[in-house]
Amino acid sequence: MRERLLQFHGRRGWVVLAVAAAVLIVLVPLLNSLPRSFPLSVPDYLIPLLGKFLCYGIMAIAMDLVWGYTGILSLGHALFFALGGYGMGMYLMRRMAGEGVYRSNLPDFMVFLDWKQLPWYWHGFQHFGFAVAMLLLVPGLLALVFGWFAFRSRIKGVYLSIVTQALTFAAMLLFFQNATGFGGNNGLTDFKHLLGRSLQSPSTKLALYIASAVALVLTYLLCRFVVTSKLGRVLTAIRDAELKTRFCGYESTHYKVFVWTLSAMLCALAGALYVPQVGIINPSEMQPSNSIELAIWVAVGGRGTLVGPLLGALLLNGAKSYLTAAFPSAWLYVLGGIFVLVTLFLPRGVLGLLTAARKRKAASPDRPVEAERPAPAERGAAPEKATVST
Amino acid sequence: MRFAPAPTASRRFATALSALAALVFLTGGGAGRPAFADTLDDAINGLASSSGEKISASVKQLATLDDPRAIPALDALCDDRLRAGADGRAWIFDSHTHDLKDPLTGAPAPAGARPAKEVELDNDIRRDAQPVLAQLQLASPDKAVRLAAAEELSKAGSDDAAVMLHKAYDKEKDRGVHDALALAVARLDIQSKDAAARLAAVQLLHKSGNDAMLGELQRLLSVGADGQPQEPDAQVRAEAKEALNAVMSRRRMITAVGSVIYGVSLASVLLFAALGLAITFGLLGVINMAHGEMLMLGAYATYAVQTFFQNHLAGAFQYYLVAAVPVAFLVTFAVGVVLERLVIRHLYNRPLETLLATWGISLILIQTVRLIFGAQNVAVANPDWLAGGVELAHGLVLPYNRIGVVVFVVAVSAAVWVLLYRTRLGLNVRAITQNRNMAACVGIPTKRLDAWMFGLGSGIAGLGGVALSQLGNVGPELGQSYIIDSFMVVVLGGVGRLAGAIVSALGLGVINKLIEPAAGAVMGKIVVLGFIILFIQRRPQGLFAIKGRSEA
Repeated sequence: MRERLLQFHGRRGWVVLAVAAAVLIVLVPLLNSLPRSFPLSVPDYLIPLLGKFLCYGIMAIAMDLVWGYTGILSLGHALFFALGGYGMGMYLMRRMAGEGVYRSNLPDFMVFLDWKQLPWYWHGFQHFGFAVAMLLLVPGLLALVFGWFAFRSRIKGVYLSIVTQALTFAAMLLFFQNATGFGGNNGLTDFKHLLGRSLQSPSTKLALYIASAVALVLTYLLCRFVVTSKLGRVLTAIRDAELKTRFCGYESTHYKVFVWTLSAMLCALAGALYVPQVGIINPSEMQPSNSIELAIWVAVGGRGTLVGPLLGALLLNGAKSYLTAAFPSAWLYVLGGIFVLVTLFLPRGVLGLLTAARKRKAASPDRPVEAERPAPAERGAAPEKATVST
Repeated sequence: MRFAPAPTASRRFATALSALAALVFLTGGGAGRPAFADTLDDAINGLASSSGEKISASVKQLATLDDPRAIPALDALCDDRLRAGADGRAWIFDSHTHDLKDPLTGAPAPAGARPAKEVELDNDIRRDAQPVLAQLQLASPDKAVRLAAAEELSKAGSDDAAVMLHKAYDKEKDRGVHDALALAVARLDIQSKDAAARLAAVQLLHKSGNDAMLGELQRLLSVGADGQPQEPDAQVRAEAKEALNAVMSRRRMITAVGSVIYGVSLASVLLFAALGLAITFGLLGVINMAHGEMLMLGAYATYAVQTFFQNHLAGAFQYYLVAAVPVAFLVTFAVGVVLERLVIRHLYNRPLETLLATWGISLILIQTVRLIFGAQNVAVANPDWLAGGVELAHGLVLPYNRIGVVVFVVAVSAAVWVLLYRTRLGLNVRAITQNRNMAACVGIPTKRLDAWMFGLGSGIAGLGGVALSQLGNVGPELGQSYIIDSFMVVVLGGVGRLAGAIVSALGLGVINKLIEPAAGAVMGKIVVLGFIILFIQRRPQGLFAIKGRSEA
């Protein structure tokens, strides 16, 4: 057991993790409870923002699992995120039955569309447990079915990216329609309370933030558990040389489907935590650019590291929040520039830069260095070359 | 047309018409008698008389003369635009310019005509004058005027209007007007009490296949409240049933043909994007997410050329499009080459990274265009020779701009085909596509060709932008909506295959538009995307896979 835990992380890694978790889960709420006059106090308005970033962090870690470790670039993860969000949105809508603008038992948009009955797929969502189960299972099932078909027919590399993008695009168009029954263009919004507590009150917001932080830490631990297990090593092998792995007797399809489904469910969890904090879910969450931005968070942080994507998500979203307010027209340049520069000059991301610097400093040959891991940039490309006829 | 009798007046209008028809008949229609210009002139001037009786008499005289030259004067009379000049003559008053014009020649009035006063009219005269106007218009040399008159008369709905229409129908030479008259006659006759007339009307409708009278046919076939069919005559009913079927099948055909036409023009735009993608993806293995932005740049280049012509070369404005084609190509070609040299070159063999980098480039391009041209859509005007369209059949117009786009894409595809399959350059390019290392070994400058081909692919997309600008508005996010579709085309067609790109673009475009009427635009798209996702499951190499040993 002890050995497995140490395999999980070195001693120092555990300490860093514990400190980081303590900061996120305990220190930030403490700072928030300080009076505003203290120099380090965290104002109330920052709490949902930070909570949102942590949800993005969960998503980035989930993305790293499939892209960084398994070499599958999904451009459709926003779909699973949004589905999770819609599941939570449906619960919130059902709980406020009778409190909407129309005082009807149905959600407002259904009254507006003159629907008399709840569609069948909305039943049961007034129960929190059922809603949570559904919001994890439905995206999971979708990912399972899609992954099974896609990986079984050996769709990989850019083909898979394009197909996932098309899938998400189709889903977005579907959700934009009023007839689909999820509020069309406007989506689900105007939520009132979660588990009997008002969503407007600072204490609920703080609770949601803490839930997001806990979920993030648990997600990290889960993913860390996966990638340090034997399963994780097979995944890396698939990324670096899928054919060889198959020849060694590993059915790569099963591994890919598993990690794909797990990643999708983690994204759904992130979506479910995200929606009550921002107060709205609509189909634009599924637009292609969201999935691609997710990929760049991972790339900026450093693929195949789990910590890197988390940092990337926090960094880029922080920059986005600041720049879109301070220099609205510059943000797209910055984002576009990051896309180009990171892929050109930082294939291992910011974390790769840091570890390389540390390595140079410590340059002792007999010490095992974390950065020995193969850079996914060079290796990950090898099997894909075959797909494109060169 | 200004000629519009009040609905309540239709009965009296009919009486007046019959009186007129009789008059025309008695006096021999005026056709046998030479219509002297001065008689016409007198009659027209009589319209501006101060006495109502004199005006009535002049109207009748004009009906007798049956000369279409009197149309402007009568029209002005019915419209209260006729003025009695101080010189005792009639003048037409132009409410915009406040000019007085001669009703026959259109020449401006001399100073002696002023001050002119309005002609006093009572409603009886107006009701008399309007059918005369329609009668003259039915004989007008202008096709559009005859059409409008036929329409008005058939709406008025009376046996006497039918007589006039029948006569015009027999005389009419022009096919379009003849059809319209047939319809007008049928519309009147179908309500006639005479079963034979109804039968003839239904037969006419059957022959024309026009769907404007669908409701009437359905009414004939429907069953009334008493359980009896609305149409007592069995023969008419049978004929009506057949006519209804003919009309319906024709309508279905028109919808289908229309969908195909729109599908083909959608396919043309997709093909522009896909041709370029097929080259860059097939040759370089590069997923260029900024490819849609090349469409957008091409469209904005067209807009810029248009603006330049408006400001500096207004005389040659009709030909701005001719100048826009090379400009758009060169601009996007240059952007493509620069991109390849600066960014893409470093990312060969790393397709996933290229995807992200080119996405970043597309963001930068969009934002740049937004800063230069503004975030709003801009309008690119069709030159006159691309405006309008041919009417293939009633209700089916084939717009010239869509024909133009299809012709353009055929020409560009042919040029690309020649370039790739009939030139030395193309041979080299195809050699690289098949085996890059071997091609390099035999001395083909692969690096330089990479840049050129990336430029060419972008340039073709730029030409697509020119085409796109003729179909709709141009905005900074224009390309984004095409990128997924065009990737689908490439994936479906097989990477690096021109024929595959063409067939799958056509297929996707047409299928998309054919599903649309049945399932709605969004569902159509979803069905097509779902179909492609399933298709790739079966054939990951696409429709037209390259047969070679390099396949894994």
